[in-house]
Amino acid sequence: MQHGKYRFIVGFLALPLGLYALFVVWPFIQSIYYSFTDWTGLSPEFKMVGFDNYSRMLDDDIFWKSLQHSLLFALLLPVVTISLALFFAFMINVGGRKRRNGPVVTGVRGSSFYKIVYFFPQVLSIAIVALLFAFAYNPDSGAINTLLRGIGLGDVQPLWLGDPDLALWAVMAVLVWSTVGFFVVLFSAGMASIPAEMYEAALLDGANRVTTFFRVTLPLLWDTVQSGWVYMGILALGAESFAVVQIMTTGPGGPDYSTTVMVLYVYQKAFRDGQAAYATTIGVALLVVTLAFAAVVMRLGRRERLEY
Amino acid sequence: MGSTSAENHGTEGVGRRDLIKRSAALGLISVPTMSFLSACASSGGDDSGDKAKAGKKTAKNPLAVNDTAGMEFVLFDGGFGKEYAEDAVKIYEKNFPKVKVKFSATQKIQSTLQPRFNQGTPPDLIDNSGAEQMDMGVLVGKDQLTDLTPLLDAPSYDDPDKKVRDTLRPGIVEMGQFDGEKVWILYYAYTVYGVWYSQKALDSLDEQYPETWDQMLAVCAKAKKKGMAGWTYAGKYPYYIPFSLYPMIGKVGGREVLDAIDNLEPNAWKHPAVKACFEAYYELYKKGYVLKGTPGLDHIQSQTAWAEGKALFIPNGSWVENESANVIPDDFNLAVSAPTGLDSSDKMPFGTIWASGGEPFIVPAKAKNAAGGMEQLRIMLSEASSKNFTGKVKSLTAYNGGTDGISLTPGLKSGVAALDKAGDNVVNPRLQDWYVQLQKEKIGVSGLGEMMAGRLTPAEAIKKIQGFADEAAKDDSIKHYKHQ
Repeated sequence: MQHGKYRFIVGFLALPLGLYALFVVWPFIQSIYYSFTDWTGLSPEFKMVGFDNYSRMLDDDIFWKSLQHSLLFALLLPVVTISLALFFAFMINVGGRKRRNGPVVTGVRGSSFYKIVYFFPQVLSIAIVALLFAFAYNPDSGAINTLLRGIGLGDVQPLWLGDPDLALWAVMAVLVWSTVGFFVVLFSAGMASIPAEMYEAALLDGANRVTTFFRVTLPLLWDTVQSGWVYMGILALGAESFAVVQIMTTGPGGPDYSTTVMVLYVYQKAFRDGQAAYATTIGVALLVVTLAFAAVVMRLGRRERLEY
Repeated sequence: MGSTSAENHGTEGVGRRDLIKRSAALGLISVPTMSFLSACASSGGDDSGDKAKAGKKTAKNPLAVNDTAGMEFVLFDGGFGKEYAEDAVKIYEKNFPKVKVKFSATQKIQSTLQPRFNQGTPPDLIDNSGAEQMDMGVLVGKDQLTDLTPLLDAPSYDDPDKKVRDTLRPGIVEMGQFDGEKVWILYYAYTVYGVWYSQKALDSLDEQYPETWDQMLAVCAKAKKKGMAGWTYAGKYPYYIPFSLYPMIGKVGGREVLDAIDNLEPNAWKHPAVKACFEAYYELYKKGYVLKGTPGLDHIQSQTAWAEGKALFIPNGSWVENESANVIPDDFNLAVSAPTGLDSSDKMPFGTIWASGGEPFIVPAKAKNAAGGMEQLRIMLSEASSKNFTGKVKSLTAYNGGTDGISLTPGLKSGVAALDKAGDNVVNPRLQDWYVQLQKEKIGVSGLGEMMAGRLTPAEAIKKIQGFADEAAKDDSIKHYKHQ
């Protein structure tokens, strides 16, 4: 049956691969090509300028700032989001106390309700989430400062998005809030497929919740966690960080460039400053960062696969 | 993905995990937001040579518009709406009965039109405005626009003995120029910038609008006693501060200080007038006269706080009347004033104000019916169309006059009075249309915004801003302009 196997596979893959090449690979090649030109994006004329855009990028303070922020997003957000999501998912699915006549492995009381609550932000578009939080962060009449006043902390009235030391964290918190639910559901699905006997065995051996989590759940869930990690990192480098930064810190990328990220900078250069070629150059840098991130995570996360 | 031993065993592992892995791989490739850029990649379209032939030049048709050729008009659908333009289109269609004008209004000027510029098939007339405005400097630099001089030299719509040029408000023609004589842009609206306040609130303090900075501080102190902040501004967009700060600099140090700043001359920002004005504004912060939390407010939030009477003054433009119409109370008695100066030693008199064109209209170089686009503008610059605009959207137009016989709203009336008072003392700083990023992000957010939030002293702010200006002067990826 091995004979002609590859021809068979190629036959099936030709169309999707063709589409992939046309709509994914080709734009990449084009972008890289444009990064060597002085194309403005506003007229069809351009000429080749060699590595000018790249040397300019290396001298560009705002580029370095945006790179720094993007890296912070890519490193910190997955850690926080995935840890939180793992904790929540564990408590919902496995962490409950054994109730009389109930199943051995169960979540905390009311877990199905929590599942919905956690997932809820996922239903809202990220643009709406960002807008809602932009209102909540309003230092004058926003929900957060009003709450602080309400509980007697009238002297603590941070400027939130108006403070360069706080703005980036405020934006990150929103991303965590809005994405954690997705991973709770994802990890819940993963945990559901772990055989209950494993937990029963662990419990019989006297394992507590912490041990169960680190010795049973996490190892068996590792593949999912790792995929989630890469996925979250890419979200943090790409679309989601763009949306929150663009909407919440409005335009220039926060006070004193404190929240500028690479995708936002690409957008501004291409669609505000009429420097599409330079924008593609930053896009190429973003591609490199994204690929490097994925490679590092894959490398660090490599471990023996457990079969069950 | 490297972590697992590639093969799937049986059916068990195929579902969930592989799906996730595949979607992650897809995301990996597609998320870097580059592909969308190439979607509008240039196809290098040439002039297809199907431009409309010139029509017959007559007294009623001085631009020789072809009376059978179609005309396409794309309008920015923003604060002024689209009705005024639709009305003007109707007149065009009445004058050229064989033509149906293709009119559309959008907020997405750039995403709609950038690809068409790249293909060489732009419409004939564009209102290039709003958040998605296309960079004029680039359009001019890449020869994408039609010189509007023929329009300006054509007889005006109302009076054949007067050129269109002579019916416009001061500064409009110059604003459309970049370097040299050619006029690339016609600004249709006319904006008055300055300090906006409620006459009623000022009356309740028993005060007049302050003409010197000492008086300003006294008024703010009085307001503070009544639990009202002196000032607020769009903290997240601190580039609203210049609307009153720049004309103040001009008033204190003379026009040439502003011109030097626009020309990116070395040490332009180190002029003593700039320093004095920065220190004056910083004092507002130091003395606690700025509404608490202002650096975290955006323009709508700060305007709302101001309309609610939490702050007395706000630097803004004449669009604020329309934009904040639903939060400004009926008895607010909106007024605008030219900025307060320092003292009697100022170079220019009190009343020196910043006023300039808004809503930039352009005719692309590759337009099929450029004459038609210009004719449409000529119609819009008639007295009747101008009045129609002012009556509908509470804003002046580039047409000088056209306010008689229509009832003016309080803010508009006060704006007209401020312009009368200013006379020739109208200044027009150009940083915001010549160097968008420098003005908004660097000077605005990173300089003035930080200073007014108390995180920079005036001396530090000036040093930082001068550094930004020097950088922009050296940067050859942006086109540089000079006052003529």
